[in-house]
Amino acid sequence: MVPTLYGRIQTRVFLLALIGSIVTLAITPFLPVDGPLGDRYQATFVVLASVAVLGIGWELIYHLLMQLRWEKDWPTLFGLLTLVPEGVLVGALAVAGTLPYLPGSVPAWAFALHFTTVWVAVWVFANGPMRAPFIRWRFRGGRLV
Amino acid sequence: MTEVLDAPSSEGEQPAVAGLPALLRDTDQWTDDMVSAAGIPMYDMPIVTVGGGIGSFVTVDYLRVAGNLPTSDIQVISNLTHPWQTYEHLATVSQIKGEDRIRSDSASRPDNIWGFPSYALSEAVRTRSLGPLLHVLVEPMFADFYTPKLRVVMDSIRAEAQRIRYWDMLQRGDVEFVRRRFGGGYFVLYTDRWAEEPVQRVVRCRDVHLAVGYTGLKFLPELQRFRMAMKDYHRVVNAYENHEHVYHSLARRPGTVVVRGGGIVASRVLERLIRDRQQNNLDTRIVHVLRTYVDGPDRKYKMAKRPGSNGFAYQGFNYPKSVWGGQLKAEMRRLDRDGRGQLYADIGGTTTAWRREWQRQLRIARNEGWYRVICGSVAGVEPEGDGVATRLQISDGELHVHADYIIDCTGLNADVTEHQVLNDILVHGGARMNDSGRIDVDSSFAVNGAESGMGRMYVTGAASLGGPFPGVDTFLGLQIAAQEVVDDIARRGFCRRLGPASSFAGWCRWLRGRQI
Repeated sequence: MVPTLYGRIQTRVFLLALIGSIVTLAITPFLPVDGPLGDRYQATFVVLASVAVLGIGWELIYHLLMQLRWEKDWPTLFGLLTLVPEGVLVGALAVAGTLPYLPGSVPAWAFALHFTTVWVAVWVFANGPMRAPFIRWRFRGGRLV
Repeated sequence: MTEVLDAPSSEGEQPAVAGLPALLRDTDQWTDDMVSAAGIPMYDMPIVTVGGGIGSFVTVDYLRVAGNLPTSDIQVISNLTHPWQTYEHLATVSQIKGEDRIRSDSASRPDNIWGFPSYALSEAVRTRSLGPLLHVLVEPMFADFYTPKLRVVMDSIRAEAQRIRYWDMLQRGDVEFVRRRFGGGYFVLYTDRWAEEPVQRVVRCRDVHLAVGYTGLKFLPELQRFRMAMKDYHRVVNAYENHEHVYHSLARRPGTVVVRGGGIVASRVLERLIRDRQQNNLDTRIVHVLRTYVDGPDRKYKMAKRPGSNGFAYQGFNYPKSVWGGQLKAEMRRLDRDGRGQLYADIGGTTTAWRREWQRQLRIARNEGWYRVICGSVAGVEPEGDGVATRLQISDGELHVHADYIIDCTGLNADVTEHQVLNDILVHGGARMNDSGRIDVDSSFAVNGAESGMGRMYVTGAASLGGPFPGVDTFLGLQIAAQEVVDDIARRGFCRRLGPASSFAGWCRWLRGRQI
């Protein structure tokens, strides 16, 4: 899928809400972090929501960078490697405990495990399986509506 | 995103129109009574697609899979026996063999409306190797674009054609006319030459889809004049016609070849010439004639420039990748006629793929001095001894080059007025040409001005270039067009509109290879 700006944002929000939530629900109990399960879920879902919200800003930057490419495309590898800057930013905020509604600071290893798993799952889904139910998605630059 | 699609497999096959009453031939809209009075057998079919190449196949695939229409509602009228026939012929003669890779994206699968699994994933599973997936992961920065093998693509189309029962819908015939029906819909008149006695028949249909590809091969005028005047189809050849004799001759004795053109086909021809020379220790000399010599970025769009060097302009596929679903597709769709024309100009021009192996070959060829690029145009060709003398118009005068062969890689002829059916819809069907000289279509690929009551005429493929969507003559372009056509038919209430659940169910059936 070669994205447009609206397509990027819609795809990010949708996939984090769908795939991100499923993965978060599944792995939160197994993350290396202490505390009641409710607090742990609160923390992981706050992180997930933060990736979605801050991601809108990131998508603006990616869209701008994409303008430097003649093909106006976004290679598969870029979609994976952008995990690094985004992870560093959200991770720093999560570990410092400065994200809103966070019950406490998040251990770095727990964050890294959760964030990477969600990111890779979303990336894999976007690079193939997404096309099976959403047949128009790839021809509309990632827009779902 | 593949290079070229259907062109007639042989020349001189224009269907005869003898025997058609003048009343029918000259009347824009036919009535049922006019056809009956002419004594032409007639039958009904909701949707007819004319062409029978990849364009028809992809549209029929969408109608069957997404539209959920039975085979009894669709007819393909074609003189081809199978949809990949012309494509395979053109690919093979232009130096793409079965095991070679075509210029097409991994997810451009004419056999799979979802594009998933991609060709790369299928190859990884088939070969039990992660190589194809790693290739896609690092393309295009650290590897050339992944492209599928011709044989794999053809086999996959064959399998899907069987799955959707393509041959149940195929009617062999040469279509002569598509005329609007008084009261709505269309008549498609064709000659069945495969019957015991060639016979004309008429199909009365609601919608008609035309995917007739290119009119034929395109030659530079000077080269065509030489061929016609000298009756020499041996020395001056088109890259899209069988020209194996050139390579065989060069293998027997040294010779000089003039290659004209800077597109992907010229790259294929150069690859073959250079490979033959290197592998068989030949002494082939190559003069490469380019009308425009590109020695740096040649086009600018937004903040990016298209790369170029050594005469070539480089692009992964025949348009920037975002025309098939990204920013360029969205932008082109929004633009008015003037803006669209400007954007077509901004992203147009002949390009080839930047491939590491081709770069290596040409670097060696240049360094060793047996490959020379000349920027100019062919001013004339004359016989000279055993070969041909080519007069080239260059910036500071004329240059004479003696060659044994000239390979014209100019491409295919897309003049819609030279096609019997397309010209007829321009003259009698209400269709008009767009600014690119092709058929004017709307964003659903319905021909503007050719609607007929409840019926619609759709044109996809090369004949629809210049409209709201640019990448029409490619695998992915045909799928995008097919999706628009079938969604339009669904909007009009004549077939199903595919939603997420039915799409996923259809994909599961495809994965299991279940016939529908």
